[in-house]
Amino acid sequence: MSTETLMAYDEALERFEPVLGMEVHVELGTASKMFCGCRAEFGGAPNTQVCPVCLALPGSLPVANEKAIESTIRIGLALNCSIASWCRFARKNYFYPDMPKNYQISQYDEPLCTDGYLDVEVDGRIVRVEIERVHLEEDTGKSTHVGGATGRIQGADHSIVDYNRAGIPLVEIVTRPIEGTDRLAPEIARAYVAELRELMRALGVSDVRMEEGSLRCDVNVSLMPRGTSTWGTRTETKNVNSLRSVERAVRHEIERQGAILADGGRIIQETRHFHEDTGATTAGRSKEEAQDYRYFPEPDLVPIAPDPEWVESLRSGLPELPRVRRGRLQEEWGASDLDMRSMHNADAIDLVEATVAAGAAPADARKWWMGELARRANEAGSALVELAITPVQVARVCAMVAEGAVNDKLARQVLEGVLAGEGGPDEVVERRGLRVVSDEGELSAIIDQVIADNAAAADKVRGGKVAAVGALVGGVMKASRGKADAGRARELILAKLGVSE
Amino acid sequence: MSLIRKSAAELGALLGAGEVSAVEVAQAHLDRVAEIDGKVHAFLHVAAESALAQARAIDERRAKGERLGPLAGVPIAHKDVFTTSDMPTTAGSKILQGWRPPYDATVTRRLREAGLVILGKTNLDEFAMGSSTENSAFGPTRNPWDLTRVPGGSSGGSSAAVAAYAAPLSTGTDTGGSIRQPAAVTGIVGMKPTYGGSSRYGLIAFASSLDTPGPFARNVLDAALLHEAFSGHDPMDSTSIDAPVPGVVEAAKRADIAGLRVGVVREFDSEGFQAGVVARFHETVELLESLGAKVVELSCPSFTTALPAYYLIAPSECSSNLARFDAMRYGLRVGDDGERSAEEVMAMTRAAGFGPEVKRRIMLGTYALSSGYYDAYYGQAQKVRTLIARDFEAAFHQVDVLISPTTPTTAFPIGERVDDPMAMYLADLCTIPANLAGNAAISIPCGLADEDGLPVGLQIMAPVLGDDRCYRVGAALETALESRWGGPLLSKAPAL
Repeated sequence: MSTETLMAYDEALERFEPVLGMEVHVELGTASKMFCGCRAEFGGAPNTQVCPVCLALPGSLPVANEKAIESTIRIGLALNCSIASWCRFARKNYFYPDMPKNYQISQYDEPLCTDGYLDVEVDGRIVRVEIERVHLEEDTGKSTHVGGATGRIQGADHSIVDYNRAGIPLVEIVTRPIEGTDRLAPEIARAYVAELRELMRALGVSDVRMEEGSLRCDVNVSLMPRGTSTWGTRTETKNVNSLRSVERAVRHEIERQGAILADGGRIIQETRHFHEDTGATTAGRSKEEAQDYRYFPEPDLVPIAPDPEWVESLRSGLPELPRVRRGRLQEEWGASDLDMRSMHNADAIDLVEATVAAGAAPADARKWWMGELARRANEAGSALVELAITPVQVARVCAMVAEGAVNDKLARQVLEGVLAGEGGPDEVVERRGLRVVSDEGELSAIIDQVIADNAAAADKVRGGKVAAVGALVGGVMKASRGKADAGRARELILAKLGVSE
Repeated sequence: MSLIRKSAAELGALLGAGEVSAVEVAQAHLDRVAEIDGKVHAFLHVAAESALAQARAIDERRAKGERLGPLAGVPIAHKDVFTTSDMPTTAGSKILQGWRPPYDATVTRRLREAGLVILGKTNLDEFAMGSSTENSAFGPTRNPWDLTRVPGGSSGGSSAAVAAYAAPLSTGTDTGGSIRQPAAVTGIVGMKPTYGGSSRYGLIAFASSLDTPGPFARNVLDAALLHEAFSGHDPMDSTSIDAPVPGVVEAAKRADIAGLRVGVVREFDSEGFQAGVVARFHETVELLESLGAKVVELSCPSFTTALPAYYLIAPSECSSNLARFDAMRYGLRVGDDGERSAEEVMAMTRAAGFGPEVKRRIMLGTYALSSGYYDAYYGQAQKVRTLIARDFEAAFHQVDVLISPTTPTTAFPIGERVDDPMAMYLADLCTIPANLAGNAAISIPCGLADEDGLPVGLQIMAPVLGDDRCYRVGAALETALESRWGGPLLSKAPAL
């Protein structure tokens, strides 16, 4: 793979036009699995969330999870799809040890939702991504291949299988080919997945954690020479487990395919694997020796025939969609496009909204989340939402500043205390003694001491050099360990020195 | 009369009245099993200890004054295709030899709840694929009427057990005739309920859209009692019908057919059928008329295409259903030497674990579902299925039930058809249409063929959820036939 030649991205784009296709799998956050009563939670000890049905013991039968069907219809509606009035599950037959039945219950030519779209925004431009289908299926178990160099089944000593994941409801969302992306193809691919992820969250149907595999993305890329209109052969890159990887995988495939085509070579239709460490893709199974899945309608399940009235009630119960909501919030907050984009990129919108809801001014909420807290999250290498502080606590800090109880410098210490687990903002203020010194007597005594200790500076001020008061204010702040109100200290110093501005 | 000759209803009454204990009844049947099963080989597993324990428990409950159902304490033989948590379950296959299911099939659970005492598990064609029980990996079962002949199949162990007085009742499954055909060739009653009327949960699947659990008994009322005991909606089986079970016991007791409209299926009359079968069938038609039924002949043209359609649909579904037997989680594992890949172990296990008929059907089905062939085979077969359902519908506008011989011939000799799958498949010619359409159908004995003295079966087919009609007509005919014979047909069987 190290010998692979790449073409510079700019050159590839000059000569070829990319066509994208995205297949996203979302694990639904239902309480139980798709076809049995087992818990569908992530992270249980291996093979503890299993039963005769999801282990495919002889004689067991599936029963469809109605909540999963409902979630799939809601996803379809949110993606502007048509909902089938009658459709069936189908069996997809192939042998693999992590698939207990050696067939997957999926949908084939009768998906639950078809013909929709999702608008995504890239660089201020709205791109409409057309959705071909949304269907419901079951997840497989998880294989771990032990002893090989690559972690793949080839070359492994042995493999172990955890069937906890087998049978978790999985929704597959497939786009139509996305044309006309031009050089923004990587960004559009990323923005699509990001928007989809936010949509799933807004619908409350999945926790969409890419790192845990509850949102998985396959990226199809092909190139066609500029000036032609016949699509090239596509590759399907799997194992793309973060938004950044989506972008990198598309870019890499464009560079790789560009080099092959420019050299007169031909693209092999195949599955490729993305590698986080190198940003490269490597060949997997070739689709030219195509698997025949021998699909046929699942005889163990009855057809799905959603009542149109029920579908309409689901439609009217849809939440505000993410893009619409962002527009509304921008207006309510009076935020700039740039501010909104940076909050969006930092996944801060929900946090800011919750902080505003808890009483903070929008500008203050944004300032703390995007400033001090973003810095701390960055240092810790974690996401904002993972910080050990709640929007209500941030709102309380904003209120303290607004009341003058703490200044910005103290507020940062309050935040630090909360993040360190010292308690809520009020507790941290109490324990660390961070309240601004507002007792005039105490402040006056500190000032007298500072004037006495800095006679030269005091003289300068008395002599009319008012600017020299800065050193004295600094001394007061230092002596009070930052708790003095600097403005009030300045007034008092000038008064004591008999100087007026 | 000895306990083993009594009907289930009679045993239930004796048990209820305290005239006999469940332990005595179970012991009498276990003794019979010990006496004859060396010759018949109806059982793959005899659960003497657990049967006696169950029987004791029933006796204790009754002693405490508990009110129990009509079959509490009555013994039953259970087809070894239903999972049982306390007995091995093999489906007649080496690939499941030694497997102990961790759960009971819904039918098993309901047998237990009704207080039926499970004597053991009965032999069958491997994965219920066959019409003679010769495809069992554990050796054939013999017909109690003539030990050189087959007891039918796939539920041949269950039919032989009842015909040999080893149990008054047994369970079967009917995918293309696997209850009705064995009942016919052993001279007993076998019922295929409406598809979805009895639960498939825990029934090891052959063809999901066809498999139907049903009862065997020596008379119509007993079959109805067992039918009622294990049928009804099951939330664990999505294809199970959420409707009350038709009043089958009441229908079996009512047994009147005056004014009944009966249709004779022209397509299943005489041509290619054994002369003795045709003769008994025609006599039965006359008997029906003499009992006040109005008999008409009518045509169901698509029934002639049922057999080929069935041999595409059933193998297609089985090719997928049997994919799970891969050596990974349960059952046989061959060739796992630490070097071979999972794929190689799977292939070696399946090669060693499945018998030739199962392999034949897996290959047929795999081919029929293949891309490029699907429309011509599986798709076309599904269309035939629709046509058959329409023929039934049209027929049931004119008549209340349809009748035909259950099988074209009486029991054939063991070994005769093992190398001729087409001849074997023809045994299910008349029974398959009801499977493809999901209808109810029963087989009752209607006499002995003159040329070989072996039992002939009459098939009575009713609409979906019209199971009660099968019992009503069956019981009326049974009464008339037995008065003509001077007793049950089975009493004419030679002693074992």
